This record gives sequence, structure tokens and C-alpha cells, in this order.
Amino acid sequence: MTEKEERILKERAMEIRKLTIQMIGELGVGHIGGALSLCEVLSVLYFHAMRIRPEDAEWEDRDRFVLSKGHGGPALYAALAMKGFLPMEELHTLNRPGTHLPSHCDRKLTNGVDMSTGSLGQGFSAAVGMAVAAQIDCRDLYIYTIVGDGESQEGQIWEAAMLAGSRRLDGLIAFTDYNKMQLDGYIEDVNGLEPLDKKWEAFGWHVQSVDGHDVKQIAYAIDNAKKIKGKPSMILLNTKKGKGADFCENLVASHNMTIAPETWQQAVEALEKEGL
Amino acid sequence: MELMLEKRWLRETYVDLLLEYAKKDDRIVILEADLSKAAGTPRFTEKFPERTVNVGIAESNMVGVAAGMSAMGKLPFTHTFTPFATRRCCDQVTLSVAYAGLNVKLMGSDPGVTAELNGGTHMSMEDVSIMRNIPGMVIYEPTDSAELRQIFPQILEHDGPVYIRLLRRNAVKVFTEGQKFRLGEGVLLKEGTDVTVFSSGIMTAEAIKAAEILEETGIRAELVHIHTIKPLDQQLVIASVEKTGAAVTAENHSVIGGLGSAVAEVLGENCPAPLQRVGVKDHFGEVGATRYLMEKYGLTAEEIVKAARKAIERKK
Repeated sequence: MTEKEERILKERAMEIRKLTIQMIGELGVGHIGGALSLCEVLSVLYFHAMRIRPEDAEWEDRDRFVLSKGHGGPALYAALAMKGFLPMEELHTLNRPGTHLPSHCDRKLTNGVDMSTGSLGQGFSAAVGMAVAAQIDCRDLYIYTIVGDGESQEGQIWEAAMLAGSRRLDGLIAFTDYNKMQLDGYIEDVNGLEPLDKKWEAFGWHVQSVDGHDVKQIAYAIDNAKKIKGKPSMILLNTKKGKGADFCENLVASHNMTIAPETWQQAVEALEKEGL
Repeated sequence: MELMLEKRWLRETYVDLLLEYAKKDDRIVILEADLSKAAGTPRFTEKFPERTVNVGIAESNMVGVAAGMSAMGKLPFTHTFTPFATRRCCDQVTLSVAYAGLNVKLMGSDPGVTAELNGGTHMSMEDVSIMRNIPGMVIYEPTDSAELRQIFPQILEHDGPVYIRLLRRNAVKVFTEGQKFRLGEGVLLKEGTDVTVFSSGIMTAEAIKAAEILEETGIRAELVHIHTIKPLDQQLVIASVEKTGAAVTAENHSVIGGLGSAVAEVLGENCPAPLQRVGVKDHFGEVGATRYLMEKYGLTAEEIVKAARKAIERKK
């Protein structure tokens, strides 16, 4: 990746972050922590890795993306709007009556969303199903999916992981947003996942662990994953919940919080001042 | 009318149909959760190994994987026993399939007392009730092979989830080959004037026997067979009960939430009339042969006769 490409992906991630803070801030409440930890991976997926056509959202040979941690919806909507799947002004409608942008992703409502998610564990099974279908037809496309770390406590994640490993679904590239926190506290205090890399390896996956806020590392890991044949790939993204917003970074309480107007506005201004 | 058991198990007809239509429609795939030998689908797998996905013993994942396959343009049929197709993965069926607007056909075999020696853990008395509460879900319970053959292509044509509540073993032959049926339409089996008996699944044969017993005492029962429990053929329910003035429902299921409830809701809102429900009275199941359990839970022609007399009595 050239320096210029890296800079562009960082800028896009910053834009996703600012839009996400603004969307949730304007509403005054939302799942901000787990949305802000996703900005870099979404930037790399939507502006580097995925083969998609905003003007032809249903293009049959497109790569698919399933945000299994469906509560990260707002960050995804920001990326979709920036990519041209949605009008930018629609972002102001998040969770308003009649919106096409609900808290949790909905494939029937939102252009560019491939799967409805929100009940944790389920999106990941659907992503595995998509990869199975692609494998049966020898389709030249990738299925990308992001699971939460808290979500990885769901048994369904491991049912699906076992099947993906057993069927050697190398068209499946998954990420764990490993921000180490969940609604009720630190993951390790609630129900620890470690050793998470070993768990995925034991289920037949190729595992990489990267800085989830470094676009270059994420892009490199995706390139690596594509070279691995006969195994699905898990990329563990070491992230910070609430990344980039002073009022919520690394706060357990950021899972779903109320936000005063001046709070989010100051956070966006700080990001603008700070630059890349 | 003499009622005879069919020579082949009903599941064999189901698998014949899967095979027949899979040859014409390459979207069709099947998903298994280690019960393919119970579903009879190894015959399908032999012919279409690449179109069979056995996820192992993981029903929730099976439904989620099927949803993902549907999102990629496949037409998946999932197979397991009725309790595991419904209560075990209720949230996955609700959200990953129905809420997501995906087209997955969910087959559950061995409904109600027909789970026989698998007993209470495998005996779903509540599966129809669970599925009725899911928006957009179609619930179809075949009675015999002639009916299943007619309805099956309509299940394929229907763009949305369908729960197929399939008797695995020999069905009582009720219909003649080639008779026409429409998904969502009830079947008027016999006209009558005094009471309408609405029946589904294995209880339709009992309803036919009950009507003969009632006839001997001068009671003319109208028989309506309901193979599609949702959406219920409301027009037929209303028209029949407006004529007869009393109703009985008969189902191999709890009286809570199934056919009896569905008919009660329609009658209550449109043409209130005395209604007696024949079905399992808020009980878990237990081990036993089908006939033994039918008698134990009152799923018999005799109970339908009693219920019909009571409903008629209440008209006065």
C-alpha cells in the first residue's frame, strides 16, 4: 500500500468516525462505543477491499458484508453513505420514525446492507451460509463479516465457526472487534474469551491479530487472508471501544449512552483539530 | 368411507417431490442437522451431494446458514424434528429468516404424538403456536400424499418462509390422486347443517369417522379440512359456521395457539358461535405408540363426537 493510499483510508476512517459521532450525537443516545471501534476496518473494507457497485447495489457478483454485531449499524451507514449507497442527508434520520437506518442493520430497509442482524450470533451463521452458497457454485467473491467480542460468548458463533472450518470456507474473511468490553463490564470479568486466537485456530481457521485502528495492518491482513487456501480467515482487531471520542474512549459505559449536544460537537471539533 | 393407511411413508413422497423439483430448479438445496436418516433425505444427497449441507447437531446454525444461502439466491429446505425446527431455534427462524425477508422452507417431522417412542422431549404440542406468531410464516400440515403432491409446487412458488409439519410415517389416505388443493384454502370434505368440524393432519381421518358416528344419530356434521393453518382460510371458516351455527376443532397439537385458537379468533371477531376444541389440553407429551397417545390425550373420533354434541347443545 502506498503512503497516499494509506492516507486516504485514514481520512475515510476519520470521516466515518465523525459522521458516526454526529449521527448518534444528534439523536442523543446510541451504541456509540462499539460503532467507533469499527471505523478503520469499515474504511478498509468499503474503500479498499470489497468489490461492490454503489450504483448497482444488488450486483450478483459483489462481495458481501455482514455486520453480525448489528448494533454497530451507525458506523456502517456512514461508510455506505460515503460510498454512495445512501444520500448523505439520510444519516440525519438515524432511528427517527420511519427511518431506513435503524439501530441494528436491516437488509430490507437499507440499500447496501446484505443481512439483518441484531440478535447476536445470528449474522455470523448467515455469513457462513453465504460462503457455503458461494463455495457450492464456485463463485469468485468474498464474504466479509465482523463479530463482536462480547458476541463471541454466543454458542451460535462457535456452531458456525465449526462448520466454516470443517467445510474449509476460504471465501470467508471474518473479523473480531476485540475492544475487550461488553455492556456489563470487561469481557475478562464477565466471561473471558482468551486464548481467542487459539480457539479460532482449533476450529480450523487461519488467524491473524492486528491493531484494529491501523488501516495498513488491516489491509495487509486481508491480503494475507486471500492467499490462504482451504481455511476461513479470522482477523482479530485489537481495538478500543469508543475510539477517538474523548467522552467515551475506553469506557465500559460507552456501549449505549446518552450524549449531550455540546459533548458530541466538542468531540467532532477535537477530531478536526487533531487531524490525522 | 373406509379409511386405509397409505403403503409408503409420507416422507417418501416428500423426498420424491424434493428430488423431482430439484432436477428442474437448481436453487433447491437441503440442510440437515444430523437427522437426515429420519427425514429420508439421504436419497436426495445421493443424487445431489453438492446441494446437501449437513451442519451436524446445531439447529440454530442450520437455520442461520439457510438464511445466508437464501440471501445468495438459493432455495433452502431445512430438516429436523418439529420441536427442534421451532422452539429450539425460534429466534433464528424469527429474525434470520422471517424478519430478514428470506425464503427458507422449514420442514419439521413427527408432529405431536407421532413422535411416539422419542417421548416428551421430542413431542411438540406447541410448534404451530410458536410459528403462528411469526409474521409472514406460512404453516402447512399435509394429511396424505395426494394432497402433498398438489401443494408442494405451491410451496416452491411462495416467496417466503413455509413451515412444513410433516408426518413421517404412513398417512391415512383421505384424498384421491389428482384432486386439486390450494395453499391457504381449506377443503370442504362433506357438507352438513348442524356443526362444522375443522381438522388438520392426522385428525382429519378421525373427523371423517366422527361424522359417520354423528350421522347415525341424525346429526349432520360439515367437515372442513385445514391443511394451511396460517394463513387460515377465514372466508371458509366464517361461511361454514354461519350455516351450521357451531364448531369443533381437532388437531394433533395443544389446544393453545394452534388450529383451535386460530378458528376461535376468527369466529370471535366475525360470527361468535359455540366452539369446542379437541386437542392436547396443556400437557407435555410422553412415550407411547401414536394410537395409545391419541386415546390418552383425547385425539379420537369419539372425542370429536362428544365435542360436536356439546357444541350443538350450546346453540340452544
